[in-house]
Amino acid sequence: MTRIIGCGNLNRGDDGVGIYMADRLREYGIPAETCTGDATGLMEVWCGAADVLILDAVCTGAPIGTIHQWDMRHSRLPARSWASTHGFGIAEGIELARKLGRLPKRLRIYGIEIAQFAAGTDLSREVRASADKLLQRVIANHFPEKQ
Amino acid sequence: MTARTIQVDTLARVEGEGSLYIKMAGERVADVKLKIYEPPRLFEAFLRGRHYSEAPDITARICGICPIAYQMSAVHAIERALGMCPDPAIRLARRLFYCGEWIESHALHVYMLHAPDFLGYQDVIAMAGDHRAVVEKALRLKKIGNRIVSLLGGREIHPISAVVGGFYKLPTKTQLQELVSDLEWALQASIETVQWTTGLEFPNFEQDYEFVALRHPEEYPLCEGRLISNRGLDIDAAEYEDHFTEVHVKHSNALHSVVRGRGSYLVGPLARFNLNFDKLPHLAQQAAAAAQLKPPVKNPFRSIVVRAVELVFACAEALRIIHEYEPPAAPRMDPPNRAGMGQAITEAPRGILYHRYAFNDRGLILTAKIVPPTSQNQRRIEDDLREYAAQLVAWTQEEATWKCEQAIRNYDPCISCATHFLDLTIERHSDEK
Repeated sequence: MTRIIGCGNLNRGDDGVGIYMADRLREYGIPAETCTGDATGLMEVWCGAADVLILDAVCTGAPIGTIHQWDMRHSRLPARSWASTHGFGIAEGIELARKLGRLPKRLRIYGIEIAQFAAGTDLSREVRASADKLLQRVIANHFPEKQ
Repeated sequence: MTARTIQVDTLARVEGEGSLYIKMAGERVADVKLKIYEPPRLFEAFLRGRHYSEAPDITARICGICPIAYQMSAVHAIERALGMCPDPAIRLARRLFYCGEWIESHALHVYMLHAPDFLGYQDVIAMAGDHRAVVEKALRLKKIGNRIVSLLGGREIHPISAVVGGFYKLPTKTQLQELVSDLEWALQASIETVQWTTGLEFPNFEQDYEFVALRHPEEYPLCEGRLISNRGLDIDAAEYEDHFTEVHVKHSNALHSVVRGRGSYLVGPLARFNLNFDKLPHLAQQAAAAAQLKPPVKNPFRSIVVRAVELVFACAEALRIIHEYEPPAAPRMDPPNRAGMGQAITEAPRGILYHRYAFNDRGLILTAKIVPPTSQNQRRIEDDLREYAAQLVAWTQEEATWKCEQAIRNYDPCISCATHFLDLTIERHSDEK
């Protein structure tokens, strides 16, 4: 089964979009993990899983709400694309795991282009709309029995 | 006449957002500014009007690396204001909680943030290629610290169980016993960490510091003790503001803390080690002796070895507490409702953290003051760089930049209440005559 990991910080505006999606997936009865601390913990969260899907906020300069997808077994994240509010971000966590030979067999990332990560703010309208759209895609592709 | 500029756009491996500017005129350092430009976060202001019971959870949000330090300073200050004296078992549980944070934070800094400087790697990812076993050890140590924090605090990041009077919930003795085998491994790994860091190469750089740390009559300091220094300071937390003051400098949004009438001072592992060596457990003293580390250690680059010694302490202390711990009759005391004012200082991994609260008879906070360790070390970091950068002329641009960043990381600065990156600029001019 695909292990879903939502990353980010709910108290920092759009940075919380990964956690928002993980929470919504649980409402569908889909087990979804979260990683809210520094990303060295990612390896622990995906430990034992062969197929991992990470949901997070990204910042590449694309239009707000754009849904990105990367296959991390075959590519690296674009430099400085992550709007991490932690010291040790997702990109570093993944690259460290790659160096240590601890990447899962399949690792994909869905990133949503964000507008802001101001403290104490909610998700932006466009980001929430994209997150809801992406949720449906994740459920259809990975958990069709939950539709 | 030559002028050179060194610029590093992203100095990761510090917590916080800031930049460093160094101007050289020949061999003379003309200017050093550690600039912290993150907007003020105003925690002290928005604590006002909130009930004192909210302070531990609100202030824990100041930092993702050391939230327990904020919780412990907050609960101790408020309990002092209320004249509360929690059960000795709660005191032990708090020390264990704090040990978890120290293990997590020191393992992160020693191996993943500071070691790459000494070994010539850009970061721990590059280092992991050649030192896989070392990085795996760091991750396991960090995870064990996290486990302690989760067990006592309810979760790893921004734990939620600490409360004025104790904890919402305390683990059972059996749950604590489950940590023992991991901690026994961690203790051995920490001793190996001391040995490993001892083999690193240290610049020849010593300074005449005023070391400031807590001192407790019976134990290595975490939550309690008098505040002392090697220059005669010996005060209660309630007297802190009589002896220390914060000053605003134009180039930083973080205030500089100074000893009144004297200036900069140093808090953190070096200060604790130098002022409390006799209170370290035997194993930690032994590890220090094997590393030929004796107080006073005045070379800030050796702080990586001292942190490793403190890892030994934190693991040994955690094991001692688990062995002695008997759960209290109740996980917390109910605090009385009354007006009060109290101060407390605890030892965050990177140095002392001062809190003061005053609240009215409904428990609503009237004033709050928080002085974090990085604010206390900030002036000292600039002073170090002023001295250290004078050696820049003998170095290449690249070496000079690298060494200055490393000198900042000696302090494990946690500007994280703010930042992710630090830009470093060094301007070099030949001596203008």
